[in-house]
Amino acid sequence: MGQLLRKKKALTTMPIKVGQPVGASLAFLGMAGAIPLLHGSQGCSAFSKVFLVRHFREPIAMQTTAMEQITTIMGSDGNISEALHTLCSNNAARLIGLISTSLSAAQGSEMARVIKEFRAEHPAWNHVPIIPVEAPDFTGSLESGFAAAVKAMIGELVPVVRPVSKKETAQKRVNLLVGSALTPGDLEELQQMLADFQLQALILPNLAHSLDGHLAREEYSPLSLGGTDSADLQRLAEAEITLVIGHSLEEAADLLKQRTGVPDVRFASLMGMDSTDHLLTILSRVSGKAVPANWIRYREQYQDALLDSHFLLGQRAIAIACEADQLLGWHALLREVGAEIPLAVVPVATAALINEGPEVIRVGDLWDVQRWAGEAKIDLLIANSQAETVAQQLHIPLLRVGYPIHDRLGAFRQCRIGYRGGRDSLFQLANLLLEQRTHTLSPYISSLSDPSLPATGAA
Amino acid sequence: MRKAEIAQLMVEPACPEHHADKVGCARLKPGAAAGGCSFDGAQITLFPITDAAHLVHGPIGCAGSSWNGRGSLSSGPDLHRLGLTSDLSEQDIIMGRSEQKLLFALKEVVQQWHPAAIFVYQTCVTAMMGDDLQALCQTASKQFSLPVIPVDAAGFYGSKNLGNRIAGEVALHKVIGSREPDPPPHREGMRVHDVNLVGEFNIAGEFWHVAPLFDELGLRILGTLSGDVRFRQVQSMHRGKATMLVCSKALINVARGLSERYGIPWFEGSFYGIRDTSAAFREFARLLADPELSERTEQLIAREEAAIQQALQPWRQRLTGKRAVLYTGGVKSWSVISALQELGIEVMASGVKKSTEKDKTRIRDLLGEDAQLIEEGNPRLLLESCRAHKADLLIAGGRNLYTALKARIPFLDINQEREHPYAGYRGMLNLAQQLVQTLESPIWERVVKPPPWIDNHPNSGWR
Repeated sequence: MGQLLRKKKALTTMPIKVGQPVGASLAFLGMAGAIPLLHGSQGCSAFSKVFLVRHFREPIAMQTTAMEQITTIMGSDGNISEALHTLCSNNAARLIGLISTSLSAAQGSEMARVIKEFRAEHPAWNHVPIIPVEAPDFTGSLESGFAAAVKAMIGELVPVVRPVSKKETAQKRVNLLVGSALTPGDLEELQQMLADFQLQALILPNLAHSLDGHLAREEYSPLSLGGTDSADLQRLAEAEITLVIGHSLEEAADLLKQRTGVPDVRFASLMGMDSTDHLLTILSRVSGKAVPANWIRYREQYQDALLDSHFLLGQRAIAIACEADQLLGWHALLREVGAEIPLAVVPVATAALINEGPEVIRVGDLWDVQRWAGEAKIDLLIANSQAETVAQQLHIPLLRVGYPIHDRLGAFRQCRIGYRGGRDSLFQLANLLLEQRTHTLSPYISSLSDPSLPATGAA
Repeated sequence: MRKAEIAQLMVEPACPEHHADKVGCARLKPGAAAGGCSFDGAQITLFPITDAAHLVHGPIGCAGSSWNGRGSLSSGPDLHRLGLTSDLSEQDIIMGRSEQKLLFALKEVVQQWHPAAIFVYQTCVTAMMGDDLQALCQTASKQFSLPVIPVDAAGFYGSKNLGNRIAGEVALHKVIGSREPDPPPHREGMRVHDVNLVGEFNIAGEFWHVAPLFDELGLRILGTLSGDVRFRQVQSMHRGKATMLVCSKALINVARGLSERYGIPWFEGSFYGIRDTSAAFREFARLLADPELSERTEQLIAREEAAIQQALQPWRQRLTGKRAVLYTGGVKSWSVISALQELGIEVMASGVKKSTEKDKTRIRDLLGEDAQLIEEGNPRLLLESCRAHKADLLIAGGRNLYTALKARIPFLDINQEREHPYAGYRGMLNLAQQLVQTLESPIWERVVKPPPWIDNHPNSGWR
């Protein structure tokens, strides 16, 4: 059982935390023809939009209810219905995620009621799912906002069904419920894995299909380009099994199981060999097929990567500052290669962290990382790109993970899961340490051998 | 902030908008709004005061996704890049602990960072709760013997532009005039004049192209509002003898205030383009009424213009006749237009969402009566305009960058997130090089090329 040290200070400096509305928006962007609508002042969506645009280097669909002085005091119902109307009529939205912010949540805005009234008033738009999510930024973080949106989508779009008798001839189906720690690159790897077992995957939500960085035929769209179709959520009940990736999705998974009766298997993450072995075993059982040869090969590659990199990574002190699910993933991977995590910092405390993960986990910000890293003699930092100045100050390399990564191209394509993601991540970490070239000794020049040289040793 | 105070800021007397058919700034439209909030506007106005701490009092959403986001560079301290926030939690809000938390946070700021001053930014939630920022800052100021200045520009007050103005008022009333400038340095054979810059943000460090020329002319920049500036410099801006207003719409109230309170004459100018850069220096010389300065200015202009014209020659040949659609954010459209025209580029249409009526007149003068003025920054309209004008290039803010790229249009980023300095004479060379680089890139042919096995691909381009 680990130790979770909570924050004691009033000031946050260089935050790791990103607000829940950003996470909730991200989940909706993994749905087809969707647009997140942030119920708050227009800055809430402007900041979130720019944040995601710079991370993905893609246009990002997002809108705002544009609350201002008067509606903040007198009620903002009108803002919601006006915005919904605009998105339905002008933008032909196919799914709207109505996300509260701390402003509307503190105001006490009842989004569900306004949606009901909007439905009564505009039956023409009844076919457009509108999904309210409470995701104020005064609680939780990006990860929990993402999870809240996934849960809300299940709540609105997945009907309660009796267990379906699965057709023998049809291709077997697997549901994937994935958290915010998985990148589009990770999801592609998962898709490939399932395809190799001839299993049909339904990923909720599927960022690999929208924000994978592709040049689509469409020139411009105010909505998300690609992603899971909301109508397909009706078919979640047809699956053999639901795989849940990330503890942040516990509640969403409970709800999905309750609605569909499909049994699930829950993973903290899919990083490292242990979890990948477990996953392949399950897929083999569900599909009734042997693990394909290429995956056996990838496993051998991962094993070789362990051998090659353990000289550099073994017993090295690595600091990690990121969201909880992501931390558990890196912990799993680094444990396999023998690296140590004397410093782990998360933006918010979650229950799962107490049972799993590194010995000591602190809640804090990047300034804390900088202060604590000195004592812990850290060799390498794993955090988002905002930590660059911290890594510079500490003279250690930075591996960029999570949100945001503003100063690297294609970071969102990086795959960390499975054998191949693990293999490449180990190499990447080892190479970062190699580039450091930290010589433990400075050259010694004898004053006796050549008097013309400036001596190191002589008095 | 009281409604009447906001209303007053919305109708800026020196702003030509006020006399035009519409009064003040427009209301936001739910579901179809783009752009930042008042808090955003306030923080971008004051953040470049780099030795002051900027503490955002609110939940994480306000600072969490915006900190360290602007390319406003500092030559020294960088307290403005720390992302300081009180990061209010649900319990803080429900139990009314936010004021107390702010005081503790302020204490930590002082102990950790020893700032020259602290700006505390109100946000939506704290404004709604009624946190008394004024009183808290007064208390803290006394306790720490340090200017602790409230910036009451919560997001829901209105647009980013309103936030700019609120921050401008704060600077005018709470900062400027609170310290006398250092004695002017002695320069052999020239009189040193003190000047101010308002609305210059040193994006991508571009002002460093221009700053050496001020030195050469004997113009001491007392302070800027704000780009690469220290708190003590801003404090002394009331002693300037002339003010240049660089970004007109954002901070016109400050230029007017400086003139009303301290009798400092001001002019509107720009450092984009050769003509406008020269015009700015001439205007300073005129307002300062120093014949020797005028002479030095003319010499400098002659030298710099000759040098840059020669340097631009090869680039201009490659750019002449290219067609561009322009949609700038905070940067003045007319100024960029004239810069582009100097490079031989034809500007077919220009965005005017952030332009004043006076700006629009100048744009019409430059582009001719038939020019298309784009009022809305809607990406779809921008693309349509590009198509209608058979544009070779879209020049716009970074937010539109990926929209343009998806439509396979060469793009140049000219907003606050950009990475290249374009100001001043030498900035023009950067601009020309960047334009050539994107226009002549071999990628455009390939990104519109349909796969060989498909006959009718929708994106075969319009050229």
